[in-house]
Parts: sequence; structure tokens; C-alpha cells
Amino acid sequence: MKVKKEHIRNFSIIAHIDHGKSTLADRLLELTETVAKRDMQQQILDNMDIEKERGITIKARAVTLHYKASDGKDYELNLIDTPGHVDFNYEVSRSLAACEGAVLIVDATQGVEAQTLANTYLALDHDLELVPVVNKIDLPAADPDRVCADVEEIIGLDCSIAPRVSAKTGENVAEVLEKIVEYIPCPEGDDDAPFKALVFDSVYDNYKGVIVYVRVMDGVLRPGDTMKMMATGAQFTVVEVGRMGATSLESTSELKAGEVGYITASIKSVVDARVGDTVTKADEPADEPLPGYKKVNPMVFCGIYPADGADYESLREALEKLQLNDAALSFEPETSGALGFGFRCGFLGLLHLEIIQERLEREYDLDLVSTVPSVVYKIHLSDGTVVDIDNPTNYPDPAIIDFVEEPIADAHIYSPSEYVGTIMDLCQDRRGIFKNMDYISGDRVDIHYILPLNEIIYDFFDALKSRTRGYASFDYELKGYERSNLVKLDVLLNGDIIDALSYIIHSEKAYPRARKIAEKLKDNIPRQMFEIPVQIAIGGKVIARETIKAMRKDVLAKCYGGDITRKKKLLEKQKEGKKRMRQFGTVEVPQEAFMAILKLDGQD
Amino acid sequence: MDRTDKTGLYFHIPFCRGKCPYCDFYSLNAKSCPDEYVFSLLDEMKTFKRMSELVGKDSKIAVDTIYFGGGTPSLLSPTQLDIIMDSVRESFNVCEEPEITVECNPSSPNLEEFLLSASKSGVNRISLGMQSSSDKERRKLGRQGNAKKVEDAVYYARMAGIENISLDVMVGVPESSLSSLRETLDFCLSLSVPHISAYMLKIEEGTFYYKNADKLTLPSEDEVCDMYLFMSHYLKENGFLHYEISNFCKEGFHSRHNMKYWEGAPYLGFGPAAHSFYNNKRFYFPRDIDAFIRGEKAIYDGEGGDTEEEILLHLRTYKGISLENKSSSFINKAKLFEKNGFAEITGNNFVLTSKGFLVSNTIISELLSVY
Repeated sequence: MKVKKEHIRNFSIIAHIDHGKSTLADRLLELTETVAKRDMQQQILDNMDIEKERGITIKARAVTLHYKASDGKDYELNLIDTPGHVDFNYEVSRSLAACEGAVLIVDATQGVEAQTLANTYLALDHDLELVPVVNKIDLPAADPDRVCADVEEIIGLDCSIAPRVSAKTGENVAEVLEKIVEYIPCPEGDDDAPFKALVFDSVYDNYKGVIVYVRVMDGVLRPGDTMKMMATGAQFTVVEVGRMGATSLESTSELKAGEVGYITASIKSVVDARVGDTVTKADEPADEPLPGYKKVNPMVFCGIYPADGADYESLREALEKLQLNDAALSFEPETSGALGFGFRCGFLGLLHLEIIQERLEREYDLDLVSTVPSVVYKIHLSDGTVVDIDNPTNYPDPAIIDFVEEPIADAHIYSPSEYVGTIMDLCQDRRGIFKNMDYISGDRVDIHYILPLNEIIYDFFDALKSRTRGYASFDYELKGYERSNLVKLDVLLNGDIIDALSYIIHSEKAYPRARKIAEKLKDNIPRQMFEIPVQIAIGGKVIARETIKAMRKDVLAKCYGGDITRKKKLLEKQKEGKKRMRQFGTVEVPQEAFMAILKLDGQD
Repeated sequence: MDRTDKTGLYFHIPFCRGKCPYCDFYSLNAKSCPDEYVFSLLDEMKTFKRMSELVGKDSKIAVDTIYFGGGTPSLLSPTQLDIIMDSVRESFNVCEEPEITVECNPSSPNLEEFLLSASKSGVNRISLGMQSSSDKERRKLGRQGNAKKVEDAVYYARMAGIENISLDVMVGVPESSLSSLRETLDFCLSLSVPHISAYMLKIEEGTFYYKNADKLTLPSEDEVCDMYLFMSHYLKENGFLHYEISNFCKEGFHSRHNMKYWEGAPYLGFGPAAHSFYNNKRFYFPRDIDAFIRGEKAIYDGEGGDTEEEILLHLRTYKGISLENKSSSFINKAKLFEKNGFAEITGNNFVLTSKGFLVSNTIISELLSVY
């Protein structure tokens, strides 16, 4: 029988990026003395350096707060943090599914933004009770009345209960805890029913194996039980269960219905305990899993190669380690004539890609070269078969292609109305199809566009930010596939195709892009002993060409006074430089040339 | 030009009356060379002699070339030069018909007397730091005096009985052009000197030129290449041999001392920043005159004389290298260079052309990468 767990509240905090989610979470931890002041590092929930630097939460984390409310009762508040970026929408949705309510933070100086809305809709999809909170009231530009009116008008949420706080100074933050207790419903569950728990996060730990974060719906789980993952079928003996303190895990004897906690069971990889899966017991399984599980599929792919071929094994080990903790990261070995041995890696989106690259370089000290990111194209061949292509190198001969489909995204851009013109220019330039535009409040608009995914994965967000001085925000989701007129651009140096630089592009954009690539290569490849023709071709047809003139002289160091050392050092330097060069037939291309092509901005 | 295993001696005289704006050699501002420094050179020679006696060499080291470089060796007083030469004969076995070179600044004071007494001390070759015959270019290069000074210096040398004269020419200097280089070369030819050293200007870090690079009007890279190729062609036409990347001579007038550097023969350098190659070991004194005067030891710089070094050094000369016993990829690269006019292959002999000299760094590192 389902009973109410009166003393528990399970909630998330949702907000647009930079509206103060992590800071508020910190204050709540402090206030409930979950973290002693002296242990308080800024933004405890964001464990990774990159998270702290970018001010975003990449992985969800959870923590249990103990709070004595003004009604005199003790409550257990489980805060489930959510990632704050569209690339991680699925993880957000699983975190929300573990809650009964959410605190919606709105910045008193900014108002409703793209992710405020996107996250609100997600929360409403999960029938969550929302507690609005107006943050940053300490700032001079704060206008809480206007922001409340905004929220009521756009979201239709009653803001009369909304605490007006400053997470930074701590002002009024206690009010948030009171509202959580008051407005967010307690969980219900049946302790006697078969065990059923939702995995909303899983993290690999060197000592314990995978730590599975769950919200228990029904039943009880104890150490020694045999647990079973309903989607993957994998079974494990439970080693430990417990609750999450802010700085450490606290083991307990059991996990019961309504509770949020963790399970360890010597699980080797997060792939065996994917977010969204349902945990049950092997000997007394639940009838059916919780709804909503899906295996997330990478949307963006690129080749990642070690700059020094000798680092191939280290790169593989690093990717394996990252994958232990990131079920959405995929990789498989790939060989490029240009770049040697490396990996084709799949990511949820561009941010995910950047984070992985940065972690590989920073945490594993690897020097990397990566290829242009690509989406997955569906190529319909003349013989009726359909192939998925995520690597331009594998693009079939145009002669045997019937037609090609590319992924299309449904995109919403939220911006002050003064930037509408420039945003539309950008979207039109990116082959966008305008759907509609809503004024969401006096001077803010929601511009709805259909955009090809390959136009937004690379630099769209940067371009948007620079055109709107950072004021616009952006949200998208994959809509499906549409037929499109695409071609593959090949780069030829001295007549040889450089596979790593091949590029799939809409035919209308092929010519200007080809010219730009040719120019960039000419500027970035140093003169060599022989003249090098640079050609950009579609199929066999060259559509742009440049020539890198032959080098006539290199540094003629004197061998004065028998100083051979100097001469030798110069040659050593030349050798070092050579190492950073990629050899293509007779042509040497420095890494910088690759970077220049990859960073080809649509605007310059 | 047969290779000799006799040793060459180099003395660095690191003093100048002013620093030239392009120069990054080790030198200090001074009107003359202090005696203290001369004594430390003598001490170092004695130390070397003692050391070689200790390792059981009973006879003195045979020496057939001596070279005074700088800095400005013509700042030595006649007495100082004489003392050094006496000490050389004391510590080393100076062979018959040695080549003894002194670098001179054409505008050093009392050059006439200096050359007369130098000649008496045994000096039989001088190298004059002319750089250019154009007064405009010379001023830009910080060289005192006009081209007439160079004429005078050549005259004084000949009066002193020194016929083996080399002129330094610098290619690609500010405000220069193909035609001004031709004038400088014509000037050299008119003086009938048997040797010309021609270095390309390289803007070295730490020099005045480096700091003021944006204010220099330099010929373009293409122009400099054209100048170099023209020079090689023009001097060859006038009876010179382009015997090393930066050196031209009339038959029999190559710098015997410098050839030691390129042919792997032993040499000993005395003075701060002077380099040595002896017993297959390379060593040098640091760029610190005080350390040298204190008698601090030379710094060991590793083994030398291996095949890699041989390729690197020999390819600087007109003798080139032998393709015998080289790998097939080495030979293939060599042939590719020949095909493109960077080198000539005669039988088994691989020699760089003037066009090849210009890109010798790349050619050498390419060849070494497949060696």
C-alpha cells in the first residue's frame, strides 16, 4: 500500500545558466549545517574544475539536507542537482523524474531566459510542483517586481509566494527551505512492494566502483541483496547503500520507498548502470520498469588524435577512464591517412565534446588534434539501402547516392527584441527556416527556427552571443531528419586528399567555404622546398585553388668560430618543429593549420 | 685543400670600441684589450699544455693554423700580440708554414703599425670587417669610416707583406639592393683580394636591430635570395671558388683554419664564448669574461665527429658528401634535391648548389631524418 513519507521532500533546482543555482544550493547546505562552514568550498555541488570554471553543472549530484522547519518537525530534504545545458537534457529529465517538486530560480536582473522556460516545461512535463525564487536582489539592477510579473505572465506561475533572496549574501534564503516544505508534496511509496528505484546519476569511483544514485519508488534494498538493472539485465550483489552528505557518503542499513540515496555493488562501468534505468531485486523483480528510459545517442562526432602518435595508448586509456563515468561518450578506433591512429568519438553536443577534449588535455595531459565535428547523415543509396555517416571520410561516391538526409533541430532563441534583426540574419545564413516569433514580455522575444543541426553544432552559439552582446540564449532539440542538398568538400595538397579535412556541407555554401579553406591553408602552411598547390574539390571537380610558393631560403646560421653547438641546436629545433608537423606525402602541415581550418568561423 | 689532423688555435678578443647594431657575438665595450685578459689567455694555454702532459702526451700538440677573432683583435697592442704568439710557440708545436689570421677593423687606430708588427709576429693573413663599400649602408651597419679606410687597410697589409687578405661582405643589409651589392663586389674585385666571406644578415635576438626591427628597411626574402645567387654567380665568373656556404676564394686561398671547422679537424678555442673540438669532444667557455679570467673550466658539450655531424658540416662545403653506404631513402631524397636544382650528384658525390645552400638547413635536416 502506498503511504505518504511525510518527512521527506525530493526536489531539484532549475534555472537559466548563471542565475545562481549553485550558489543557492551552497547557501542551503550551509543553512542546514550539512556542510560545516570551514569545509565550505565555493559551489560544492560542482565537483569538477571545468564546472567551476565554466559556471555550469555538468553532472548531476544529490545531497540530503536535514532541516527543522518552523512547524517544529524534522525534514529530510533531498536536493537533486541538474546539469544546466541542452546537451544534457536527458539527464535533466531523469533528475526531475526523481523529484516531486522544483525550485525555479529567476535572476532579478535578467528575468525569464531560454533555459528558465525550457526547464520549466521539462518540470511541468514531470508534474512537478514549482516554487519560484527571485534571486540576486542585492544587485543594483535588480527589479524583482518586474521579474515576478514576467514569471506570472510568461509561465503562469503564482509569484506571490516567491521568496526574494540573495544567494550571495544569504538574505532570505531560509524562506526557501520553508516554502519547499510547505509547497512541495512529500513522496509516496509502498515499502512492501517489489523494489523499484530510478537511476538519476551514476559516477565511477576508484574504490567503490560505480556509485549509483537512485530515487526509491517502492520497496526496500539492503546490502547483500542481489540487484538487477531492468534495461541492461545486469545483476550485482549490493555492497553498500546510504545517503549523500555534501562532502561524503554516509552508509545506512537500508534504502526505503520515497528516499533518495546511493547503491554500490562493485559495478565496473557506468555503462552497466545507465541514467534512466530501473533498479529492482533479482529474486523479487518489479513487474515493469519505470517509464522514460532511453539510451542516449551521441549527436555530434569527431575524430580525436594524439598530436604525438606515441600517445595513442594513453589516449585510449584516458577515453576508457572517462567513459567509466560518462555513458553518453562513445568512441571507437579510427585511422586517418592524415592524422594516423586515433578515435572516432561521439558526444551529446558540442559542449559535451569540448568538455571531454578539455578533460583529456588537462587531466590526462594529452596534446590532441581533432577533426571538424560532424553530425550523423542518412545517405540513401541508389540501391535502396540507407547508411548512417558520421565521418566525412566514409561519404560514398556521389554517383551511387540517391539522396541525403540531415538532422534538423527545433530551436528557440530568447533575446531582447532589439537584436531580432541580427539574429534572423544569422539564422537565415545558417539555412534556418523561420517558424514564428512571440513577444514573451515587453522587450523580450522568443524566436522559433528550424535549423539544420550541422549549422549549429560548431560555432552557432558563439556567433549568437557575439551578435547580441551575450544577451541572447538558445535552446534546441532534435526534430528529425530532412532531405537536403549536401556535398563533400575534399582538401588536396599537392594532389593528395587530406582525409581529416574533408567536410560535409550544403551545396549552396560550398564555394565560399572552399575559398576560405584554401586561403587559410595557404596562410598557415609554411613555405616548403617545392611549390604546393592547394585545391578544394567536390568529387573530382576543383572549386577553389591557391598555391603555396616554394621556400627559397632558410636561416643560414653562421658556423662562426667553430660553434657547431648553435648549428646543431638550430637543427634540433627544426626537428622539434617537424614533430609538430603532419606529413602528407611530400607536404608538411603544422598543427596550427589544422586548428585554423577547424576554427573557420562562419562570420569571418 | 687536403684535410689535416693538425690542430687549429682560436683566440677570442672580446672587445670593441662600439657594438655594431647587428652583432650578437660576445664582446665588451673597450678602447683597448686589458693586459689582465691577455694573461688569462696565456694561463689557459699553459693549463692545457699541463693537462695534455698529464695524460701522457710527451710531445707538444702540433698546430698549423692560428686565428684571432673577435670582438676586435686589432685592438691588441703589438706587444700583446707578440706575447701571445711567443706563448703559443712555447705551449704548442707550431708547424712549418702555419696560417696565422687576425681579424681587423679597417677603422682601428694605428692599423698601419699594428699590421707591420703583426707581420713580424708571424701573422700572414687578415680578415677585414668591411661589410659593404656603400657609405650609406656602412653607416646603417654602425661601421666607422668610409670605403677608403678599407682600401687603406688593404694597402697597409700589403706593405707589411701580408698578401692573403679576406674581405667580409654582408648580404641583405638595410637599404641594400642587388645593384648596391654588385658595387660592393666590384669594389672587392678592384682590390684584387683572394678571399671574400659573405654572410647574410640575420636579425639576432638581443641586438639593436632586433629591438628596432620595425624601423629597418630590409630587402625582401626574394630579393635577398636573388642577391645571394647573383653573388655566387658573379664571383665564380671572376675566378672565385664558392667553397663554403658563405666563403669564396681564389685557388689556394681558402681559410685553412675555418676548413677545420667544416672538416672535423681538431681546434682549440681560448677566451669566453670560444669553442673547441679535441679528442672527439666538444667544449666551450661560457660567455663570461670574469669567469674566464678566474680560470673557470670549459663546459663539456658532448661527443663530436659522428657521421651526423659530418653530413651537417661537409654539406656546407663544395666538397659535399659521399653517397656510398647511405640508405636508399637517403639516396632518394638526395636525388629529389638534385632533380629540383638544389644539388649536384657526380658519381657518388653529393654537393649542394648555390640554390641548395640557401635552404641548406632544410636539406640537411631532411637528410638527417632518414640517415
